[in-house]
Amino acid sequence: MSKLRRTRSVAVSVAWRGIHNAFTNPAILLPSVMFPLFFFVAFAGGLSGVQHTPEFNFPTGYSAFQFAFVCIQAAAFGGVFTGFSIAADFEYGFARRLMLAAPNHGGIVIGYVIAAMVRAVFVLGVVFTAALISGMNIDGSLANMLSLLALALAVSATATLWAAGIAMRMRTMQAGPIMQMPIFILMFLAPVYVPLPLVAGWVHDVATFNPVTAMLEAARGFISGEPTKVAITAACLAGMFALTVVWVRGGVRSAERAG
Amino acid sequence: MTAAAATGSSTLTQVGLLAGRAVSHVLRQPAQLVFPIAFPLVLLAVNSSGLDAATRLPGFPAASYLDFALAIPFMQGALFAALNGGQDLARDIQNGFLDRLALTPMSGGALLAGQLGGALFMGIVSAVLYLVVGVLFGVGIASGVAGALVLLVLAITISFAFACFGTFVALRAGSGEAVQGFFPLFFVLLFLSSAFFPRDLIEQDWFRTVATYNPVSYMVEGIRSLVITGWDGQALAQAFGISAIAIVFFLVLSSRALRTRLLRT
Repeated sequence: MSKLRRTRSVAVSVAWRGIHNAFTNPAILLPSVMFPLFFFVAFAGGLSGVQHTPEFNFPTGYSAFQFAFVCIQAAAFGGVFTGFSIAADFEYGFARRLMLAAPNHGGIVIGYVIAAMVRAVFVLGVVFTAALISGMNIDGSLANMLSLLALALAVSATATLWAAGIAMRMRTMQAGPIMQMPIFILMFLAPVYVPLPLVAGWVHDVATFNPVTAMLEAARGFISGEPTKVAITAACLAGMFALTVVWVRGGVRSAERAG
Repeated sequence: MTAAAATGSSTLTQVGLLAGRAVSHVLRQPAQLVFPIAFPLVLLAVNSSGLDAATRLPGFPAASYLDFALAIPFMQGALFAALNGGQDLARDIQNGFLDRLALTPMSGGALLAGQLGGALFMGIVSAVLYLVVGVLFGVGIASGVAGALVLLVLAITISFAFACFGTFVALRAGSGEAVQGFFPLFFVLLFLSSAFFPRDLIEQDWFRTVATYNPVSYMVEGIRSLVITGWDGQALAQAFGISAIAIVFFLVLSSRALRTRLLRT
C-alpha cells in the first residue's frame, strides 16, 4: 500500500470514529450546538438595539451581523472541542494504542480535522436553520454563502490543528483552558457587537490588527452580498494554517517521544 | 481538623474551622482564585469598548458603557464562587470527607455554614476588587461612598445566594460533574437578562419578556442603580429581596439535602 493510501486509510478511520462518537454521544455534540445557538439568541435577540446607533451601517440586519460572528465562533470552538476529544483519547490510553497501530501519524491528525469539519457543517446547519426561522435576512448569493461556509471550515481546520497541538503535547484534559482561552480572547478582541469603526478604546487598536477582524468582516461581507477583505482573510488563514501545521507536527513528535 | 477538636466545641468554632478549611482550600489553588476574578474583568474591558457605541442611543441610561456594565463582573464573580464552592463540596462528598465528618458530633448547620464560608470569602474578595478596579478606571458611583458600601453588601448577598444554590446542587447530586453541568444554566440566566442592555431598549419582545421574568435582571439592576442612578429604593428592594428569598429557599433545600445525604451515610 502506498504512503498516500495508508495516510488516507488512517485519516478515514479516525474521522469515522470521531464523527460516530460525536453523533452518538449527546454529551459531545450538544455543547458544540448549544453554545453557538445560545450566543446567537443572546446577542441577536438582546443587543439588536445597537444597530440603531448612528454610523452602524449594516443594512442586512443585526441578526445577519451576529450570525457571521457565530459562524466563525462555532467553527473555531468546534476545533477546540475536537482538541478536548484528542486529549481524552490520550488520557484514556486510546491515542497511544492508535499511534502504535497506525503507520502514519499525520493521517491521525487529518482524521481529527475531517471529523471537526463534519461537526462544524452540522452545527452551522443547525444555527443557520434557527437563524432563518428567527427571521434573519440574507442579501448574499448562493456563491457568497458557500464562500462563508468555506471560510468557516478553514477556521475550523486551523483551530483543530491548534488544539490538537496542545492536546498532543499535554495529553490531559486539563489542557482544555489552554486550548480555548487564546481563541476566546482572539474572538472577543474583534468587532463582535458593532462594526470596527464603532469599537472604542484599546480594543479598537487591538481589533485593527487582529486577524479575526478580517475574518468577521469577510463573513459579514458574504452574508450581505458585498464581499470585502476576502484576499486579506485568505492570506491570514493561509498563514495561520501553515503555522498550526508546524505546531501540530511538533505535537505529534512530542506524543511519539512520550510513547 | 480532628473529631476531638469538634467535640464539645461551640457551633461557632465548628463553623470557623470548616470555613477556615474552605478558605485555605481556595487560597491554595491559585486557579480557583485568579480565573474567577480575572475572567470577568477581561470581559468587562472587552465589552465596555465593544458596546460603548450603544451609549449614543437615545434613552441609554449611562454616559459610559463601563459604568453601565460594572454590575456584570459582580454577577459573574458570584457565578464562579457558586461553581467553585459547589465543586469543593462535591469533592468532599466524593472522597468521603463528608462521611467522616458525619461521624463527628458536628451539627449539620455548622457544616453548611462552614462550607459556604469559602464561597463567601471569594464573594467578598472579588466584590472589593471589582469595585476598586471600576473606580480606578473612572467609574463614578452616583450614590457616593455610602452607595459603594451598600453595593458591596448587595454584591456579597448575591454571591451568597448563588453559593447556596451551588451548595444545594452539590449536596443533591454529590458529583463535581453535576455542579459543572449547572454552569451553562447560570450563564444562560445572565445572558438572558438585562445585564448587557437596558430592558426598555431591548427590541425583541420575547427577549424583553424573558429578561423581565428573570430574577438575575433585578439583581443586576440593583447593583447598577447604585452606580449610574444614585439611590433607587425600588431597585435596591427588589435586588435585596430576591437575593434574600433565594438564600432562604436554597438554604432550606440544602439542609434537607444534607439530612438525606447524612442519613444515607
